[in-house]
Amino acid sequence: MAEQSKPHVDEYTGVDTTGHVWDGIRELNKPLPRWWLWIFYATIVWSIGYWVVYPSWPLITGHLNGVLGWNSRTAVLEDLKGLQDLRAPMVNRLADAEIAGVADDAELLDFTMAFGRAAFGDNCAPCHGAGGGGAVGYPNLIDDDWIWGGQIDEIRHTIAYGVGNDHPDSRLGIMQAFGRDEILDGEQIADVASYVRTLSGLEPAPDTDVEAGAVVFAENCVDCHGEEGLGDHELGAPNLADAIWLFGSDHATITETIQNGRQGNMPAWEERLGATTVTALAVYVHSLGGGE
Amino acid sequence: MSNLWARHKILETNPILLVIASLIVVAIGGLVEIVPLFYLKSTIEEVDGVRPYTPLELAGRNIYVREGCYNCHSQMIRPLRDEVERYGHYSLAAESMYDRPFQWGSKRTGPDLARVGGKYSDEWHLDHFNAPRAVVPTSIMPGYPWLARTPLRIDDLDDHLRIQQALGVPYTDEMIENAAADAVTQGQDFPDDEDGFLERYPNANVRSFTAGAETTGKLTEADALIAYMQYLGTAIDFDLYDDRTNIR
Repeated sequence: MAEQSKPHVDEYTGVDTTGHVWDGIRELNKPLPRWWLWIFYATIVWSIGYWVVYPSWPLITGHLNGVLGWNSRTAVLEDLKGLQDLRAPMVNRLADAEIAGVADDAELLDFTMAFGRAAFGDNCAPCHGAGGGGAVGYPNLIDDDWIWGGQIDEIRHTIAYGVGNDHPDSRLGIMQAFGRDEILDGEQIADVASYVRTLSGLEPAPDTDVEAGAVVFAENCVDCHGEEGLGDHELGAPNLADAIWLFGSDHATITETIQNGRQGNMPAWEERLGATTVTALAVYVHSLGGGE
Repeated sequence: MSNLWARHKILETNPILLVIASLIVVAIGGLVEIVPLFYLKSTIEEVDGVRPYTPLELAGRNIYVREGCYNCHSQMIRPLRDEVERYGHYSLAAESMYDRPFQWGSKRTGPDLARVGGKYSDEWHLDHFNAPRAVVPTSIMPGYPWLARTPLRIDDLDDHLRIQQALGVPYTDEMIENAAADAVTQGQDFPDDEDGFLERYPNANVRSFTAGAETTGKLTEADALIAYMQYLGTAIDFDLYDDRTNIR
């Protein structure tokens, strides 16, 4: 506990003490270091300069604007303008170019790929994977299987307007819930699921009738998936005869697909990102696995 | 000078006086910073399109707060070039005018969510809540698989609206009366009272946000949270918003 005592000068240093004594030990009353004190005063002076230059004190009807007239909203608009100007030569070239011709112009392709890759990373990777590899339910973009077509203009349309959303130009592919809507019974679904497996050379599930499944398929599925199960880009009906499966090729998953149906859903990006960015994305995605 | 120091000593040696004096100094700073926000025109920007949350969105917002999403996600796009490039138009104060409390945050372990509405599909959100790494392998977000299993409590939604009304959000008595019914209406594909609902909450998304709601007609907490996610940052049509209006 500190005891108070009368002002006292330390006999060894000749410095005043604060009057605090702890167990006979006194505290020297040393001033703040000069360098520290002067920096402290300098910050006060600096703040006055800051008030003059930048927006600061609130007043009754407004606030001090500062002689520079700086404003965070103006500043960001100018920064964005600077960025647009920097990109403008290449972006304008891309905007004017035929999308199919981008690949023939090495310099433009270089820019477009970099532009597309950056946009892909932020907007597309969460579903389709950072490298475009997709996930269960989210199409793989590096393989050779395209639900809505793998030509560059088809890819561009899919990106621009999306799938199964409210946009008037959105692609729309709905597979009916054959089981839930009571179009097929459980046995028919098990049979047709087995038949679908045989289309791509997989073994049918035991205790199912593949021939009966073929009849069910012919009566219910060929309108969209085609007689040989090759699919239809116009309807977004996947190819069932290849080894690429969006949801899974095991009998249980195919049964679930037929039971409850499926519906692709992808946002429309053109309104959000702008036409040129969508074009760059289409070029980039086409480079991953486009064509067919 | 020595006289001034001697007076300062009165404060330094009397804790209660020091606390009172500190409070006065801090209060001056607070008043100068806060009070002008209530009367300065340049700090109040009215923007078309912002509406109170629908009951389902509000329920989702409550889950967002309950699960502590704000610990890792901000909802505030700052007026900086790179943020606007990545996330979209910088956030306006009006966009969080009905947030009580606001969810701005400054901690971004995950990305900013101020404009996440419409960016991903409902299916993606559900998959992502259930198991984030199933869709984003590098994600460090924990899974929230119970959201899709937990029925959404809607019988107390009118009380939640009433509280918000008491805090100044312009919920009408009609909205409060219909709170539970409106939540059910918003969360299905072909509801009966869609027109009445959309009159109360213009431009709201009306659909089944999860396959579970579509097949069973029962709302889960995932439906509410996805409804909230899909509304975030979509209230204002930035084609119509003039960036120069509020530069004063």
